Amino acid sequence: MSVDLATVKRVARLARIAVTEEDANRMVGELNGIINFVEQLSGVDVTGVEPMTSVTPMEMRKRADAVTDGDKADDIVANAPTTDHNFFLVPKVVE
Amino acid sequence: MTELTSLTIAEAREKLKAKEFTSVELTKAYLSAIDAANSVFNAYVAVTPEKALDMAKASDERRAAGTVGALEGIPLGIKDLFATRDVHTQACSHILDGFLPKYESTVTQNLWDDGAVMLGKLNMDEFAMGSSNETSHYGAVVNPWRANGSNQQLVPGGSSGGSAAAVSAFLCAGATATDTGGSIRQPAAFTGTVGIKPTYGRCSRWGTVAFASSLDQAGPIARDVRDAAIMLKSMASVDAKDTTSVDLPVPDYEASLGQSLKGMKIGIPKEYRVEGMPEEIEKLWAQGIAWLKDAGAEIVDITLPHTKYALPAYYIVAPAEASSNLARYDGVRYGLRVDGKDIVDMYEKTRAAGFGTEVKRRIMIGTYVLSAGYYDAYYLQAQKVRTLIKRDFEIVFDAGVDAILTPATPSSAFGIADEDLASDPVKMYLNDIFTVTVNMAGLPGIAVPAGLDAKGLPLGLQLIGKPFEEETLFRTAYVIEQAAGRFTPSKWW
Repeated sequence: MSVDLATVKRVARLARIAVTEEDANRMVGELNGIINFVEQLSGVDVTGVEPMTSVTPMEMRKRADAVTDGDKADDIVANAPTTDHNFFLVPKVVE
Repeated sequence: MTELTSLTIAEAREKLKAKEFTSVELTKAYLSAIDAANSVFNAYVAVTPEKALDMAKASDERRAAGTVGALEGIPLGIKDLFATRDVHTQACSHILDGFLPKYESTVTQNLWDDGAVMLGKLNMDEFAMGSSNETSHYGAVVNPWRANGSNQQLVPGGSSGGSAAAVSAFLCAGATATDTGGSIRQPAAFTGTVGIKPTYGRCSRWGTVAFASSLDQAGPIARDVRDAAIMLKSMASVDAKDTTSVDLPVPDYEASLGQSLKGMKIGIPKEYRVEGMPEEIEKLWAQGIAWLKDAGAEIVDITLPHTKYALPAYYIVAPAEASSNLARYDGVRYGLRVDGKDIVDMYEKTRAAGFGTEVKRRIMIGTYVLSAGYYDAYYLQAQKVRTLIKRDFEIVFDAGVDAILTPATPSSAFGIADEDLASDPVKMYLNDIFTVTVNMAGLPGIAVPAGLDAKGLPLGLQLIGKPFEEETLFRTAYVIEQAAGRFTPSKWW
């Protein structure tokens, strides 16, 4: 498989990264280099092999469904670029 | 270097106890060393002198009151990946500009609970993505080591390059670091320091900026094996805030130092003898084998047949996880925002301006391998190969091998702005060829300095252990350290 300019632009859009024509052209070569490198995995026989989901065999730790944290609205918005009354502000989404 | 900054953590611990000096005096010695040399190395991206002196003063008061923690009064450097309350935490990325967390990572909180003092935040590759510390938004870090008769600036390795350089140049007594594919062990090997990546689940990941969540682990970089053991004991814990934190008591790692290797089986994997490996590294490996044999260990040849697939599988799994983890940097809740004509334009412009080239490259790869139509061919295949890599280790350990000895890196430190490496990302990725298998299998691995190459630069050996058997690694690495001695750069700065 190889990546072309249109694919690079589509992936950049999916990743929400603006790319210039120059960036996109450079990335075609770089991404193909990496894709070619990882391509060797297709030759590994994985018949009957389960994909790894957890590196340590363990059961997910669970806890009671109770409120254990909160009342920190000021802390949560403290680092936001723009806020108003403890809301995050973003450009208008709905017309 | 003043006398105080040359002490190991263990030595400083004894002298603080004997009241030969106070934590304030020790901390001041480090702060003036940083003041004098940080412009040379660029190891710290933020120094916190007031906080350091406050913490040192509080430590001296605790000691006077009879309360002494395991790291009481010891000044440490913290990788910029760990959230530190109200202190610079940016993973050395432009996209986290101005971020001051309102919380403390579990690992750093554990250190402060044990009495340690924070000197500041250490440089690193942006979001821990790199093997040379050159992808940092704050610029490259200079390795305190230089080749014989040369003034060329060398990289300290990465991603924990600031941690390794600061420990090696005596700008902190020890440092926290993290390792996703080799980011503790490779910089330790490049700077003549000791670095251990513990078993996945040993250190809490809570409050550590996420890169690839199934691979990331915190660990220390220290002057010697004993200091690494002391630091890991404090950093590791069982943490309800991290669901992958494993519920096992943290042993006293220091107690394992000096124990005999008699009856221990050390495996030597033939797949780590790679083509084009410098003869010096072959020799160093043979020397390591001889030291362990002399200490009473039995040496056995082993095979880990899927080794060569670890790096390609890593470059699917790690970018895939990174692309998901880094989706949160969108200019809304923290860090940089670049305005756009609508919300999507704002996201795209913010991320284009905030992420560096290597981070974008990995997000793009991750997005591609997870995208519709490619998931099975890449991501699912890589996760199956990962199962096979882990199985290779399980077979060897089941056959009675206690630990595995390998080289830590395929070369010694290389030059800053190396054109050959800059032009081909895959070439840079090959730096992690010996370390990445350990992350893929979730195992513990330690890098310990074992000698110098012909250019006078440090080289390290790596020991790989069974899950949660860090004690075996400390005990074995200590034998190598005793035989090889310690390595410090000659002071040119």
